[in-house]
Amino acid sequence: MAAVFFYLFSSVLIASAFMVITARNPVHSVLFLILAFCNGAGLFLLAGAEFLAMILVVVYVGAVAVLFLFVVMMLDVDFAELKQGFQKYLPAGLAVGLVVLAELGFVAVGWKSAPTASEAAAAPILGNVTNTAALGQVLYTKYVIFFQASALVLLTAMIGAIVLTLRHRPSVKRQKIEEQNARTAKSVVELKKVPFRAGV
Amino acid sequence: MSIGLTHYLVVAAILFTLGVAGIILNRKNIIVILMSVELILLSVNLNFVAFSTTLGDLTGQVFALFVLTVAAAEAAIGLAILVTFYRNRGTIAVEDINSLKG
Repeated sequence: MAAVFFYLFSSVLIASAFMVITARNPVHSVLFLILAFCNGAGLFLLAGAEFLAMILVVVYVGAVAVLFLFVVMMLDVDFAELKQGFQKYLPAGLAVGLVVLAELGFVAVGWKSAPTASEAAAAPILGNVTNTAALGQVLYTKYVIFFQASALVLLTAMIGAIVLTLRHRPSVKRQKIEEQNARTAKSVVELKKVPFRAGV
Repeated sequence: MSIGLTHYLVVAAILFTLGVAGIILNRKNIIVILMSVELILLSVNLNFVAFSTTLGDLTGQVFALFVLTVAAAEAAIGLAILVTFYRNRGTIAVEDINSLKG
């Protein structure tokens, strides 16, 4: 049964990845990317990494892919013009793809893991805890420094994205609180003596 | 036939190849290039998880988690740069991005 699901997930994953790079419309590319991530999450589930599968769905499908979709739809770009080089680059792309695939094929088939690899495990998978609990037990103890570093990476990304996209429009009226607080009656109210029946 | 490590490695290799080919085929469209990078990172994560399960070591999954973090940060920054560039120049064609060439 697991084999059926493996072939289902992996074939849909590869087909949708192919559609991502060949689709004419980038919106379709993003939607196929979402499909690819969902099937990748399925493969993670089959491999026993439940937490990563859920993270993939939540973070990638929920945040990154939607961000891509938002940017693709927000930018008013002539995508047909961007697609023009496709025929020209097709031979180079195929050649590089075949070379990479051949090299990876050699590596994927002709290798052997060391007999001591299981004993050398830095964080062995124990059978008595769930995947999420086991990940938490090593992530917050053994790899806490890396955890903090990845938090810093995310903080930098957040600040960078805000700084890059924030813009001040001079034409927009804004509330200036310090100016409002600094106003006194003396600076804004002027009393005039008006002569009787003479107007201002 | 049971599913072993080699099956996962082959799927990840095909996915990686598709990502690399996507970068070359869509040389003009930087959005699809970013999506191809995401595909490549997904294939790398698949390798990490497959090895982690096979060797019984959780470290691979921890590393895949960090790869996910960095990929999310990369996508956010990349798209922010893209939006800023489009606002300034009105185009996102890759060959027009040459202001730093001097």
